[in-house]
Amino acid sequence: MYKIIYNKKISSNSYEMAVNAPHVIEKFIPGQFVLVMANMDSERIPLTIYDVDKDKGIVYLIYQVIGASTLELMTKTKSLFGITGPLGNPNEICNNIDLFKDKKIVYVAGGVGIAPVYPQVKYLYEHGIKVDVIYGAKTKDLLLIKDKIEKVSNKVYYCTDDGSFGDQGFVTGVLENNHDYDVCVAIGPVIMMKNVCDVTKKYNIKTIVSMNPIMVDGSGMCGACRCKVDGKIKFACIDGPEFDGHKIDFNLALKRMNIYKEEEKKKLLEMQKLLGVK
Amino acid sequence: MNDKKTVMRVQDSKERINNFLEVELGYNDEEAKKEAERCLHCPNPRCVKGCPVNIMIPEFIKCIKENDLKKAYEVISKSSTLPSICGRVCPQEKQCESMCVKGFKGDAIAIGSLERYVADYAREHHFEEKVTIKKNGLKVAIVGSGPSGLACAGDLIKNGYDVTIYEVLHKAGGVLTYGIPEFRLPKKIVEEEISKLEKMGVKILCDVPVGKSLTIHDLEKAYDYVFLGTGAGLPKFMNIEGEDANEVFAANEVLTRINLMKAYLDSKTPIKKGNIVYVIGGGNVAMDAARSLRRLGMEVHLMYRRSMEELPARKMEVEHAKEEGIIFNLLENPVKILTDDDNHVTGMEVISMELGDVDEKGRRSVHELEGSLHTVKCDMVVEALGTSPNHLVFTDSDIKLDEKGLVMVNDDLTSEKNVYAGGDVVTGAATVIKAMEAGRSAAQKIMESK
Repeated sequence: MYKIIYNKKISSNSYEMAVNAPHVIEKFIPGQFVLVMANMDSERIPLTIYDVDKDKGIVYLIYQVIGASTLELMTKTKSLFGITGPLGNPNEICNNIDLFKDKKIVYVAGGVGIAPVYPQVKYLYEHGIKVDVIYGAKTKDLLLIKDKIEKVSNKVYYCTDDGSFGDQGFVTGVLENNHDYDVCVAIGPVIMMKNVCDVTKKYNIKTIVSMNPIMVDGSGMCGACRCKVDGKIKFACIDGPEFDGHKIDFNLALKRMNIYKEEEKKKLLEMQKLLGVK
Repeated sequence: MNDKKTVMRVQDSKERINNFLEVELGYNDEEAKKEAERCLHCPNPRCVKGCPVNIMIPEFIKCIKENDLKKAYEVISKSSTLPSICGRVCPQEKQCESMCVKGFKGDAIAIGSLERYVADYAREHHFEEKVTIKKNGLKVAIVGSGPSGLACAGDLIKNGYDVTIYEVLHKAGGVLTYGIPEFRLPKKIVEEEISKLEKMGVKILCDVPVGKSLTIHDLEKAYDYVFLGTGAGLPKFMNIEGEDANEVFAANEVLTRINLMKAYLDSKTPIKKGNIVYVIGGGNVAMDAARSLRRLGMEVHLMYRRSMEELPARKMEVEHAKEEGIIFNLLENPVKILTDDDNHVTGMEVISMELGDVDEKGRRSVHELEGSLHTVKCDMVVEALGTSPNHLVFTDSDIKLDEKGLVMVNDDLTSEKNVYAGGDVVTGAATVIKAMEAGRSAAQKIMESK
């Protein structure tokens, strides 16, 4: 059991949770993730670490409520049954600061993709690298932690699908207008990462993406999270989660997100009934 | 003289394909005594040599005859840490029972069944192992809570060491918990065996990925000794076309969802249910996956490229699988998985195989039969092709590995001082009892190194 400090709503569909888990953060480098279990009988789900407080031993998570397990997580206030990590590999830039010191770097975040982007941008800022951030969401309310990300980056470009904040349109549009970069890190919905890669390929910008497929154990045992990278099978949990965006088979990743679609629908209904929420 | 063994009662096959309750029901007192009476008590017992942990088999069987089950349990406990488990999952027919003199002219003594009987009796009657632990002040970290780690922990705690086990999953037991199904090894038994160790003082820290949360070097600094029993958990794939289809799973995934996450009880973790599923492979894991899926109501085929004779799974598991209606597609091998536009499995392209000569490993070679390509219809494929060691644990460590990625050891000692290893991470995928043996052997080496 891990003590929950708080679990609060930060937008119409997202929550921020602070949980005591010193074992997760001692060696955490941005890019890594955790697996969480709300209760003893819950599903194990991967979540991104959005911030850590190493002195207090607290992990901060941001998650979007999209299915049964995140709905269940939303209701937790006192303690979390399980949190395992840090899993996966650190981000390539954060792990090799010297190699990227003189590069022009842009981070592209879509929706809750800002959660894993923030600790990377912050880490680089603390290590003397200031990057640009392109941040898009459906609408203004879904743009999270604006103040925090602005504080640690060079410049933040905002865009929303409905034009309620920043440019109207997608992150790819902003990137098309500002493509003078050596390296791009894109984290968000698979379709967004795919479209970003189409743009960066055109301008020959090295691009790193973070995959978030279905996982069970998160430690290389089950093979559920396999992706195709450069024609080879890779496990997102131990070989990733970040990969060369120009080598990922996004179409396959999109299809594989639907593996448990029907089952997940059923579980969501069951959970709504169990918790008495809609 | 009775040459037939006392057959263990089993749950009826028509009944058991609708549940996950244990298939084998165990001996009652009468049956156990009857079977024990068959033992000849050879002066030079070959069975003991056939046992990887050298349990004094005739001695505990004699105790059964004499109605002294307490003593029988003590005899077994001297050599084995987890007898309830080994009595169930050891391939006795290839070990102790294969050496039994009675086997020459009839059935070997059912040693495994008797071991299980004694261990279950002891568990149900709460026999406490009499151990007076005198702490020696030395600390040992064990990585992995599977059979090798548990066995190592058991021996070390009894000998006064301070033992801490690190486990990446939320539940201890390794393959005993996530891999072997309930109907073959009830999880209650695994939990009881583990809690026995905890009562003796073994600390188990779950949710900790060694290699990520802390490294082997960190453990070396904090402990006097480290034992790596991390197993071989990484599933292999066939590398054929169509393998990325949505309904192609590693057996590990299916078994983890079912056993660890209790998907068979319609828990919060989903499981895919196809109509026709092909399980590829012929080992115990293939058998476990096939039989589990059968219980979830699917038509299950087991495809293996050699013949029934070479099937590596335990004979008894194969028999049980057949009784449960698993269809065996032998001498066949998939070459391609067929899919529709949405990446769903629609079938497989399969080639027939032919057995050839015996190869240098003593196994029949096998080759494709020309012009035998054909298709089979299915909507789910499960691959049980073996596993290799997971290197997560070795992040930032200096442990030397061989070309196969297995840990190199000399008398259980790795290339690092005071870091020992044993089980599948050293040998590649093997059996529960071999892993236990390795765990106990490393414990012995740690004690000798003082």
